[in-house]
Amino acid sequence: MTRITIDPITRLEGHGKIEIFLDPAGEVERTYFQVPELRGFEQFCVGRPVEEMPVLVNRICGVCPEAHHMAAAKAADAAYHVDPPRPAKLLRELLYSAFYVADHTTHFYALSGPDFVVGPDAPVAERNLLGVLKKVGSDAGGRVIEARRRCHRVVEIIGGRAIHPCTSVPGGLTKGITVEEREEIEATARRMIDFGAFSLQLFDDLILGNPGYVEMITGPMYQHETYSMGLVDPAGKVNFYDGRVRIVGPDGALHGEYAPAEYREWIAERVEPWTYLKFPYLRKVGWSGFTDGAASGVYAATPLTRLNVADGMATPNAQAAFERFYATLAPGAGAGPGGKRMVHGRLATHWARLVELTYAAERMLELVTDPEITSDRVRVVPTERPTEGVGTVEAPRGTLTHHYWTDEKGILTKVNLVVGTTNNYAPIAMSVERAARSLIHGGEVVGEGILNRIEMAFRAYDPCFGCATHSLPGQMPLEIVIRDADGGVVDVRRQFC
Amino acid sequence: MSANIATKPRLAMYWAASCGGCDIAVLNLHEKILDVAAAVEIVFWPAVMDAKYRDVEAMPDGFIDVCLFSGGIRSSENEELAHLLRRKSKVLIAFGSCANEGCIPGLANLSTVPEIFAASYGDGNSTVNPGGVLPVPRWAAPEGELHIPVFAPVLRTLDQVVPIDYSVPGCPPESPRIAEALTALLAGLTGTGPLPPNGSVVGGGISTVCDECARTRNVKKIDRFVRIQEVPALDPTLCLLEQGIPCNGPATRDGCGALCPAAGAQCIGCYGAADGVVDYGARLMSAFASVVEADEPEEIDLILDGIPDPVGQMYRFSLARSLLRASRAALEADGARLPAEPDAASPEPALAGARGRWRR
Repeated sequence: MTRITIDPITRLEGHGKIEIFLDPAGEVERTYFQVPELRGFEQFCVGRPVEEMPVLVNRICGVCPEAHHMAAAKAADAAYHVDPPRPAKLLRELLYSAFYVADHTTHFYALSGPDFVVGPDAPVAERNLLGVLKKVGSDAGGRVIEARRRCHRVVEIIGGRAIHPCTSVPGGLTKGITVEEREEIEATARRMIDFGAFSLQLFDDLILGNPGYVEMITGPMYQHETYSMGLVDPAGKVNFYDGRVRIVGPDGALHGEYAPAEYREWIAERVEPWTYLKFPYLRKVGWSGFTDGAASGVYAATPLTRLNVADGMATPNAQAAFERFYATLAPGAGAGPGGKRMVHGRLATHWARLVELTYAAERMLELVTDPEITSDRVRVVPTERPTEGVGTVEAPRGTLTHHYWTDEKGILTKVNLVVGTTNNYAPIAMSVERAARSLIHGGEVVGEGILNRIEMAFRAYDPCFGCATHSLPGQMPLEIVIRDADGGVVDVRRQFC
Repeated sequence: MSANIATKPRLAMYWAASCGGCDIAVLNLHEKILDVAAAVEIVFWPAVMDAKYRDVEAMPDGFIDVCLFSGGIRSSENEELAHLLRRKSKVLIAFGSCANEGCIPGLANLSTVPEIFAASYGDGNSTVNPGGVLPVPRWAAPEGELHIPVFAPVLRTLDQVVPIDYSVPGCPPESPRIAEALTALLAGLTGTGPLPPNGSVVGGGISTVCDECARTRNVKKIDRFVRIQEVPALDPTLCLLEQGIPCNGPATRDGCGALCPAAGAQCIGCYGAADGVVDYGARLMSAFASVVEADEPEEIDLILDGIPDPVGQMYRFSLARSLLRASRAALEADGARLPAEPDAASPEPALAGARGRWRR
């Protein structure tokens, strides 16, 4: 049997590795998307004091430590049965919103931007961040750098450090912010709202104005009709920091909505012997393999699915963008919790990411102009005996859940984590297989574009295996090795040769 | 050394078992990253640019002038890359806490692989695995054999696998310190300044976090330790240790700017052992004992009982490079490798001396 290995060599550890097996006719028989890394946080956090979890779990991911910090802080609050004062929650969400703007900016401009702004078939040498900046102009490039720097500064002001924040403790935060700091953050929030509008306009001009790109977003190669997951506020709007988890079916019908602490009734995880990462699926639907449709428990948790489950966005610019998103990609009324059709084209995730960026920026402004934001009432002392707690936030890469059990002294006895990208492991594997099936026929790897097109299938998810498959200036170098049944190399194709 | 640098120095950065935070910290040089990019030729940096394993293999030995290596050594793949990059690099730098001392993931050395696998893959909680399926390095799929790297019995630091030339501490190293370290190294390599003494720590101070902490110390003794969430209000200007918070500042190398104490949180020790300290935990224990108001050993024991997780407190970041290194069971499982020695086949580093400094 012919075997094709795709190794995103960029991530020599913790990366995803793809094995494609061809049948005798040279058609794709099966693909395997493997994750070759484990570090064991669920084991070695046992024995640690629960108040240390927000700083310990930062080290799961240096790209999105804020997400783990917040999930841990909320789980530790819950374990102590303590509700932080309102100013503390506002500040945590403010930090988190700034983080969202920075993270989505990095993904859109550095990772996915090259495919759309420069173009998937552009010369490889131009398909990177520098090519993006050349295309959009140096002014835009400056705005991207500014957005990143300013938002990291907000994280540092509230979290104490720009990477691996340290201020969340059970019951709140170790400190508030000053009036001067508040002013600096407000200025940043206003700039980021402009930046969100600028980014959406850029998407309109460069991508929606190009019929080829629209066809790519709406065409069959990147479609997967899985269940969608996302956190919603009491009004059913997208929320990153808090809320209930809503799951809708491929047709938009509500599968369920639950408080994060009930996650085990809804989510199950499957172990396969050929990868270190587990495959979550919907417990009530069951696992029936790497397949989509309402009978398969496979679900996704991404910017796209968060929009799919929600009734709308809680801020005006984002709501307008949300409406335009569905009017463009799913014209006409339909079913679904928001009275709209579902969008399943995975490349639409990039657009959804900009809708979310806009919401995060607007939410920053709401929070930083709240009269209580500079209050020093940022912590309460837990008085109850700690037991068990679940903390959930929407990480940029999917619903993130931390579940801690402690003894009566608050020492961890058990830890369970369902991490952002993990939710999407099965859909990513499926997207990769579909791209491979579309592109490989008769044993031939058709065209140079295959490498980038397969790459695009999983780049839409912004996967963060082993905490960062991030390849910042836009390329995930791929190498496809075609071997015969004896393992001899028949052909090698590389993205950058 | 400088005579070897005909053109711009060639820089590489790699992540082994890491979180990627070290790479982000380098990117957070912001505008200064452009200066770095202009001053060096970046030949390998998976987080940021195209790079291929085979391309590194194809480089002549010593082709890379400076390699910043972040992450611990947990898998067979991490280990292969450590050897490869040692061979290809004139100067190999253990960059960040993981490469230097194991960091938080080094706490996994308290457990054996079966325990770690049981926590991750065991049936129960959200995992449905009644058949006890576990990942295996080689698995016969119906279509062919699939491979994943071997998960090693213990996590090792970079210098427990190959000799290193310098170390940059921190989790992550703070961006201004990275700028200083790179500036000094590049000056040395291009002959425009002195090269830091080989084997030295660059990008860190020679004192402790306490010395750069703005909080006031009154040499006050404490009669008990408290946990931060138990204290209604901490004094924002007074030494945290003197308020009973088990702050790791006294044992920890300076260089971060005492960011955590400034934000009202205790130092957790991410910059590693202060200069000259052989075992971080032993030093911290001694520092804690010195602030405790007690004359009898029993009293001291009672006060130290206020530290609920002694191993985590004393070796939060440094277990993998401590005198303990790992639990007995994990070490026995790793027995074939003890004592950890660099690969004999690896050439000596261009700047000799690192081995003696970091090896005990």
